[in-house]
Amino acid sequence: MKAGTNLERILDSGEFAVTAEVGPPRGTSPNVVQRKGELLKSCCDAINVTDNQTAIVRMSSVSGCVLLNQLGIEPVMQMVCRDRNRIAIQSDILGAVALGIGNVLCLSGDYPSFGDHPTAKGVFDIDSIQLIQLLKQMREEKKFLSGANISGEVPLFIGAAENPYADPFEYRTPRLAKKIAAGVDFIQTQAIFDVDKFAKWMKEVTDRGLDKKVHILAGVIPIKTVGMGRYMKDNVPGVHVPDEVVTRMQDVKDVKEEGLKICLETIDQIKEIPGVHGIHIMAVGWEDMVPTIVEKAGLLPRPLI
Amino acid sequence: MLVSEQKPVEEILRYLDGENNIFLVGCKGCAEGFESGGEPQVMEMKQKLEAEGKTVIGFTLIDMVCNQSLSRMKLIPYQQVLDGTNALLCLTCGSGVQSLSSVVNKLVYPGCNTISSVGGHAEWKEAERCMECGDCVLAYTGGICPIARCSKSMSNGPCGGSENKQCEVNPGIDCAWHLIVERLTKLGRLDKLEEVIPPKNWGVSLTGGPPRY
Ligand code: SF4
Ligand code: SF4
Repeated sequence: MKAGTNLERILDSGEFAVTAEVGPPRGTSPNVVQRKGELLKSCCDAINVTDNQTAIVRMSSVSGCVLLNQLGIEPVMQMVCRDRNRIAIQSDILGAVALGIGNVLCLSGDYPSFGDHPTAKGVFDIDSIQLIQLLKQMREEKKFLSGANISGEVPLFIGAAENPYADPFEYRTPRLAKKIAAGVDFIQTQAIFDVDKFAKWMKEVTDRGLDKKVHILAGVIPIKTVGMGRYMKDNVPGVHVPDEVVTRMQDVKDVKEEGLKICLETIDQIKEIPGVHGIHIMAVGWEDMVPTIVEKAGLLPRPLI
Repeated sequence: MLVSEQKPVEEILRYLDGENNIFLVGCKGCAEGFESGGEPQVMEMKQKLEAEGKTVIGFTLIDMVCNQSLSRMKLIPYQQVLDGTNALLCLTCGSGVQSLSSVVNKLVYPGCNTISSVGGHAEWKEAERCMECGDCVLAYTGGICPIARCSKSMSNGPCGGSENKQCEVNPGIDCAWHLIVERLTKLGRLDKLEEVIPPKNWGVSLTGGPPRY
């Protein structure tokens, strides 16, 4: 056991894990996080709290995690390298552990120019792989990057993101191998729409035996409107939405129903791919649909371990 | 004027591990002025490498290694010698290493750290790609700089947002990591990217850390 979190126990027991995501509000009210948390509570094993995603200022990830913890919901704290140097990162980790957070997802972070403060200085003191390695060192050696001792345990279950579609092609699998070498415990992938392409990547991953060294959770996004599909296709870095998905949604009357259908089909296919240990549902602006998705995908009730 | 200083020889030997035949390149421009890559330093480096059991199969000094066309031309007489090696060690600023790297199909290793441009520029103006970070990583990245050319200065590989070879931050520019992976694939040396590069020392650049002057 690394941190003994629910997510870690589920994955270690070989169960198919389900995680979802909550974006904190652009304001001070705890209600948004609490409401989404309650909604997702019984259908997921842990909930990611995003860290100023797309570089737009929101309530901090650590606070969102605490709000979930208070409701007995397990959070995954997302942490980007964009806004903190190594001092702030380590300090935030100490605080997060003190506040009962055990899952951390290491990300490089969207560049400031994408967000609402495009003139901000991007920090990028360390990169996401160095962040993984740093958290592992804090957990296993109980030492800061400087080598100085940390008092107390740092039980962390360390996650990272991976994009099976990202260029350059030759480097997709080696990059995962590098994250594993740095010490990652679980991966949540970018949204999967093109299942064949994802399956090809997973084949490379399993051929190298990497699925035995890390838990891979495949990301899915239910698309609510045709516009959202198009927007993600054209504007969101790293997300790869095939034309076919957009056309399918354009051609039907009940767009939401079709979006749900596409998502469920994707999950069904993903479940059959060797080496996939769970799904991560990123229902941006459509959290209400997550319980239905999990139920219809036959993944309820969530196991208690 | 680019200010560079030689890397510790231990570091150079660490990344030259496995490379036995080395071709040395020095520079009669800034690197000579700063005594990091002029003739005496090239000769000294030759001796140090030979003392460690490496074969220095040749060396040359180019007036301005950061001038791409000049470097290409000056290497022509050495083509045969260069066929006998996969590794060049370049005692210049980061721009010089990258300029040289762009004209040979081999790995070009940096022998120096570039710590300042003192407000000046290298000769390869349309492609000046060194941020004078003071802790040169070109040895691992096929002679293409991820510090200056990757929007997020990632040391350990691409951020995952690049599409069609372009940087997610500015689709008008190449993704540096795409170029790095492409080059190392071409050289058959993707293994260079396996090692996890530790966090950088940002304080060794003359423009990093507290003011010194
Ligand atoms: S890593 Fe890049 S910025 Fe740093 S010295 Fe080398 S070429 Fe210059
Ligand atoms: S797309 Fe490439 S150059 Fe741009 S930030 Fe990502 S890795 Fe760096």
